[in-house]
Amino acid sequence: MNRFEYIKAPSIAEAIDMMDSTVPEAMVTKTDGSAKVVKAAGTDLLDLIKEGILEPGRVIDLKSIPGLDKLSYDKKEGLQFGPMVTIADLENSPEVKKHYRALYEAAAHAATPQIRNMATMGGNLMQRPRCWYFRSSGHHCRKKGGTTCFAQIGQNQFHSIFMTNVCPCVHPSSLATALLAYDGQVELTGPEGRRVIPLSEFFTPSEVDVTCENVATNQDIITNIILPPVQESTRAFYIKHGQRESYDWSMGDVAVVLQMDGNKCRDARIVFGAAAPIPLRREAAEEVLKGKTINEKLVMQAAKKAVEGATPLAHNGYKVPLFQTLLKRAVMGAVG
Amino acid sequence: MANPNKKKIVLPVAPDTKAHAPVKHLYSKKVKLPYGVPGHGLTEMEREVSIDEPPALPINDELNVIGKRTRRVDAVYKVTGAAKYSADIQLPGMLFGKFLRSPHPHARIKSLNVSAARQYPGVHAVHVLSMEPGGSVERESGHDAPAETYNIDQLPLLRYVGQPIAAVAAESQYIANEAAKLIKVEYETKPFVLELDKARRKGAPIVFEKKVKDEGNEGDVGVEAADEQEGNLRGPSTGSFLGGPRGDVEKGFAEADFVVEGEFRTQVQTHCALETHGVVADWKPDMLTVYASTQNTAGVRDDLAELFDLPKSKVRVITEYMGGGFGAKFGAGHFGVMATELSRKTGRPVKLMLDREEEHLSAGNRPNSHQMLKIGVKNDGKLTAIDLTSYGTAGVGLGAGVGRVAQDLYECPNFRQAQYDVFTHAGPGAAFRAPGNVQGIFSLEQLIDQAAERLGMDPVKYRDIIDKHEVRKLQRAKGAEVFGWKYKKPGSDPGPIKRGFGMAQGHWTRFINLNSSATVRINKDGSVEVMSSVQDIGTGTKTILAQVVAEELGLMAEDITVKIGDTIYPDGPGSGGSVTAGSITPAVRNAAYKAKMELLGQVAGAWDVEIDSLEVKNGEVYSKTDSSKKMSFGEATKKMRTNQILATASRPDDYGGFEIGNGIGYGRLGSVQFAEVLVDTETGFIKVERVVAAHSCGRPLNPMQVESQINGGVIMGIGYALYEDRILDLNTGHMVNANLDQYKLPYSREIPKIEPVIIEHYGAFSSTDASGIGEPANVPTAGAIANAVYNAIGVRLYELPMSPQKVLAALGVS
Repeated sequence: MNRFEYIKAPSIAEAIDMMDSTVPEAMVTKTDGSAKVVKAAGTDLLDLIKEGILEPGRVIDLKSIPGLDKLSYDKKEGLQFGPMVTIADLENSPEVKKHYRALYEAAAHAATPQIRNMATMGGNLMQRPRCWYFRSSGHHCRKKGGTTCFAQIGQNQFHSIFMTNVCPCVHPSSLATALLAYDGQVELTGPEGRRVIPLSEFFTPSEVDVTCENVATNQDIITNIILPPVQESTRAFYIKHGQRESYDWSMGDVAVVLQMDGNKCRDARIVFGAAAPIPLRREAAEEVLKGKTINEKLVMQAAKKAVEGATPLAHNGYKVPLFQTLLKRAVMGAVG
Repeated sequence: MANPNKKKIVLPVAPDTKAHAPVKHLYSKKVKLPYGVPGHGLTEMEREVSIDEPPALPINDELNVIGKRTRRVDAVYKVTGAAKYSADIQLPGMLFGKFLRSPHPHARIKSLNVSAARQYPGVHAVHVLSMEPGGSVERESGHDAPAETYNIDQLPLLRYVGQPIAAVAAESQYIANEAAKLIKVEYETKPFVLELDKARRKGAPIVFEKKVKDEGNEGDVGVEAADEQEGNLRGPSTGSFLGGPRGDVEKGFAEADFVVEGEFRTQVQTHCALETHGVVADWKPDMLTVYASTQNTAGVRDDLAELFDLPKSKVRVITEYMGGGFGAKFGAGHFGVMATELSRKTGRPVKLMLDREEEHLSAGNRPNSHQMLKIGVKNDGKLTAIDLTSYGTAGVGLGAGVGRVAQDLYECPNFRQAQYDVFTHAGPGAAFRAPGNVQGIFSLEQLIDQAAERLGMDPVKYRDIIDKHEVRKLQRAKGAEVFGWKYKKPGSDPGPIKRGFGMAQGHWTRFINLNSSATVRINKDGSVEVMSSVQDIGTGTKTILAQVVAEELGLMAEDITVKIGDTIYPDGPGSGGSVTAGSITPAVRNAAYKAKMELLGQVAGAWDVEIDSLEVKNGEVYSKTDSSKKMSFGEATKKMRTNQILATASRPDDYGGFEIGNGIGYGRLGSVQFAEVLVDTETGFIKVERVVAAHSCGRPLNPMQVESQINGGVIMGIGYALYEDRILDLNTGHMVNANLDQYKLPYSREIPKIEPVIIEHYGAFSSTDASGIGEPANVPTAGAIANAVYNAIGVRLYELPMSPQKVLAALGVS
């Protein structure tokens, strides 16, 4: 861990003023030890520093800024929460549990109770991938500005089965799987003010830019996360599968948000987590369900459609049948 | 210069199997000792023992302290944080050390420059290793140059990622960490090989050009030193200390009605003790004091005395509290040698604790294995032949055998084995909780189950036919009863999630370490101490020593002050091979008995009664014949003629002698475990729901601690069966999961209901008749889970860990 300056930010505006880099930039282009980055709880940021792959010059703590930890629910407005809302706050919110079941399940199965108490939702969306080559100071991989992807030719049992061309790391946030399924939005605040970006446009595929995972710029801070209201007809579910139940990264997770008229599916949003470098919508599978009566046979068709185009690597072929099972169970769980 | 590889084997394994001449006693007596299992035909066994031995200890039911559930004497200190582990030691002026380690799996050091590191503010010394630490050592390696200077041509070849090169000592850990990175090294990288199969092929990069010394062998217990070495292949070992090949295997297979065979693979498992390896070394002109996280204080002292050419009297090693070792913490280690060198250079104490990554890379592991096992069976179930070939790699270390279970668990007249070590460019293996046997049982017990299925027999009943071990038979019966064992047709559950039941058994040799001595001191104020260099590695040794002394002196465990884990006291055994309880407790009881007799002699003199009319019990000393003669223990000690009574005793030979050499006892420590699992055939996820673990460890001294050891063994076995795996990147030689995040240990929800069943078994072996439990508890678990998984899905898994990937692949889903 290098020496760095630590500042408690008094306000969003001042934090924006004090920062000059995204964490990805600090790891690729601004590696001279001068980068000024923001920190939420630090569960990931400090890991990166301790792993010796991030050496910032200044760490600006956002926890000191008042008002970023509010969560509110309104029937018409939907769910809104600040970036400092913890995963545990989501898990413990009666509104989330009642109205946003997939998000609740994702929160309840993330990390450990201790980490959920600390880790914030802003940090959760901004955290870097867990690819073990990316995390190793001994491997200068593409994501860190190198030319080699060690995972493509190496140990890739926990890597992507989609979008594997450039960098097959998987997006580390399992909460994002659920948030995208609810068609969530992120409010970013920068020097020019606020802008709201749908999550479907927030995440950056590695084909577009391998060195980062989202569109936030060097003076952007997440200031709000917004989910649209659920309807009477909404049915949702989320399943995460790891090697362990207690604490594990996802080998595959699936969120489904359905609009049901009786047994008939009017609309569907299906998202895979740990399948690609970004949380991945499976529109083709959604189309299979839309306008049809949900039954196991139909869901199997959707599951098959959902893994079409998968390009598994040498050691993660198991994810293809796994995602089909998870999708089947998630849909049946939502309507059951 | 110091070679830290010497004398690492501290397990009491006799290298030769010659008949052992029993110790003769000038004065002996005959004692009748409990023999067998209470409630199951318990009898007595008469033994001729030394006149100094205490009287026979009755069975646990008739005792006050031994055999009773007793809270750990240090429980409060541990849970409140008052207990100080090696990592907690703070000494005035102490410096902190940090290693620079090899980033390459195979490389020569072309140049090395420490000046930037040395000049970094706060750095007091840099030391470059001039020998090959850990693992095996090439003979005539020529690296015995003095360590003060180094010749670039004499720096050791780097043979694995994580091999220590040099270290700095600085005023804080942060400074040390930063400074270590400033050591500039130019490497000439060389081709390397990591995989067991590839390392055996012709033309594979060679790990050791010369024949290696086997003194670095920490990986196994007593695989015969096999001197043949060709390429990366060393061996075969055709026998063990239990004997060599038997009978005629070809004839045995010809006589068989059918053959079961299989090819099995097990992974590399790392120890993951909560406390990492490390020491605080304090070199002073008159004494080297080392606070070490070790399983063997006396062994570390001996290592350092030899390496630094000091008399043993000038080295003191202290391990007051210890956070687990599981076999990997015996010698001084590269960190111990380095810390001592840095302390000698700076004249300051130096703390050098490994971090978690270093721990995974360089501090030991359970070698992997590739086993080909074939068993001939008659239609009546009898085994006619067992043929085993195994390969395993302990990286740059030795001892990757698969144990003695194929050789010794079941009756079979014809046995043959060839166990090979394979060198690879990876960190050295080390002994790991029942080394070899844990790997071996995974294949053996699956094939025994296959034979039972072929015979149409219940696996439990089938083992009654081929296993003549009486205690294990009882373990099977009791375990099956607690488990509610019923044979279930494999794969018979409907639906995707299937339940399965399985069992497996194992054994561990009853090792005794005769270098086990203790002193008991009774003070005039009534306080009592027991002292030995033996260490409590977390198993509860302190508590059982207190119990044994308390029982002998009619006191309670909490009345005894236990001072152990310090080489200023009499030598105790290293805690490996499950020797500790069986080795040190007889010495402790004998010392307590001697001290008691001295005290009673003085009391008898004061009361003018015969010494053998006196008794100590329930905190009182009294005459059995004259009820007026009675006082509390504290009053009795006030009558002592001197301030202290001191008595020292050492572990005598087993009553009745040893089966082999001077440390391998008669009888094996048997274990039988039953597992219930759920297997999700659509996700490959295995959940262990329940384990019943039936064990015996001779006389259980503290059932609560025995259960704790069984729980730990089962949990570790579950990790081995389902989760743990050292994953190496084949292109760079790096371990990609060298942390506790992606190296997956079982956590709370992975731990099932564990029901220990303890069989109290008396063998009349010693004055306490206790044996160990740590290793036997770990042997059968993975085998039992594998058999349960087969029972659930009807498809057998031949490879560990049984991850979702492997289950789906076995089911043909992916």
